[in-house]
Amino acid sequence: MENNAFYVALSLLLNLDASLFQIVALSLQVSLLAVLIAAVLGFPLGAAVALWRFPGRGIMIVVLNALMGLPPVVAGLAVYLLLSRAGPLGEWGFLFTPGAMVIAQVVLVLPILAALSRQKVEELLGEYREQFMSLGMSRSRMMPTLLWDARFALLTVLLAGFGRASAEVGAVMMVGGNIDGVTRVMTTAIVLETGKGNLPLALGLGIVLLALVMLINTGAYLVGELTRRRIG
Amino acid sequence: MRKALILALASVTSMGLAFNALADDYITLASTTSTQNSGLFDAILPQFEEATGIDVRVVAVGTGQAFEIARRGDADSLLVHDTAGEKRFVDNGFASERADVMYNDFVLIGPADDPANIGKAQSAAEAFAAIAHAKAPFTSRGDDSGTNRAELRLWENAGVKPDGDWYRELGSGMGPTLNTAAAMNAYVMSDRATWVAFGNRQNLTLLFAGDEVLFNQYGSLLISEEKHPHLKHNLAKQWHNWLISEDGQQAIADFEVDGQQLFFPNAK
Repeated sequence: MENNAFYVALSLLLNLDASLFQIVALSLQVSLLAVLIAAVLGFPLGAAVALWRFPGRGIMIVVLNALMGLPPVVAGLAVYLLLSRAGPLGEWGFLFTPGAMVIAQVVLVLPILAALSRQKVEELLGEYREQFMSLGMSRSRMMPTLLWDARFALLTVLLAGFGRASAEVGAVMMVGGNIDGVTRVMTTAIVLETGKGNLPLALGLGIVLLALVMLINTGAYLVGELTRRRIG
Repeated sequence: MRKALILALASVTSMGLAFNALADDYITLASTTSTQNSGLFDAILPQFEEATGIDVRVVAVGTGQAFEIARRGDADSLLVHDTAGEKRFVDNGFASERADVMYNDFVLIGPADDPANIGKAQSAAEAFAAIAHAKAPFTSRGDDSGTNRAELRLWENAGVKPDGDWYRELGSGMGPTLNTAAAMNAYVMSDRATWVAFGNRQNLTLLFAGDEVLFNQYGSLLISEEKHPHLKHNLAKQWHNWLISEDGQQAIADFEVDGQQLFFPNAK
């Protein structure tokens, strides 16, 4: 029985001990905060690229799209070199703290949110263009309208970003250091338990992580459905 | 939806503030995966914290990476196992002090049926030569860790250049390397602590140990104040001194897994 990952996952959930709770809570805090920051920066950026014509716009779209595939360990290494004492932002003393993990995940999630919201806003702009023209609206006035009306599509984009953030391990391992009780999250705990040869426990933690992501997606789906219905 | 958004925003930012509420009396210790994976830190760190109130945050990486973290000024103290490398680190001015803390030993692990017959070897050199001669699969850390550096020295002692299909450099930590060795039914050199605490042995077993060239010394280093004045040198010094004190040495000796002592204190 103890060698069955589902049994381990279930008993982990049932006897939710303090250390597991802390790991789960930190995973959520880091990834949600990273997605929030990335959304505040990424959605306006995506909408701006969709709305304005400027030199290098094509290159910017290609770069944003390509960065969606940025390997987490590369993002981690770049942030590590930035935040290391010998690096340009070393003074902050951010390395090996949850703050550093948030920064690394923002780097990973921002391109996803910007690139996908650019596409969604551009599609919507195609539908709305004539109406905007007749109202004589400026581009900066169009931006909030388009972002608001694309909100259901953007919710899915947010979930894609959250999925990326909560699932990656390379970046948070590098800049967080997997410190017990300080920077240990679900994914780095799974790596650690695999290294100890505790494979059922590692897989059990993986199942807990999946259940958590499922829960958040269910919540987002319900919020989306309810508001859609209320609007009619 | 707007209300939900504001709520989410407020709760996430309040979580963000919680990051700053973490204790200030801590040091960052760069150390090796063997000390962490065996559970040593879980056993001795609470005792140190109780005695001094200092929290030790362990970043467990290979010895090569641990040196690099310390060189860049990202750790307050080092606990690693590559005596030659540690002495160079002091000579190059990156560390101000080094002390022997404890030792354990490396062991040769392999398939239970022992195709290269290393169980009967008289010395580590003979065992390594037998593996090379039989071209039996051998998984190497290949990650410039203390264990990897020791392994390469042992091949050299045996007069063999490990090369060919049978020699696999994995570039991973001790645990993942043992996982791979178990899956491939290959020979592997491990530190005893990680092996004893390892939970996925499958068909692997301990085949050779006891030669004194397999001795694995751990040392504690204090980082140079001159090179990195921003570090917590005072707290790090307390940690360093505790490790080599009677209390620290006793805590190390008391740590056991399955009734077996894994590290032997030997501070002078």
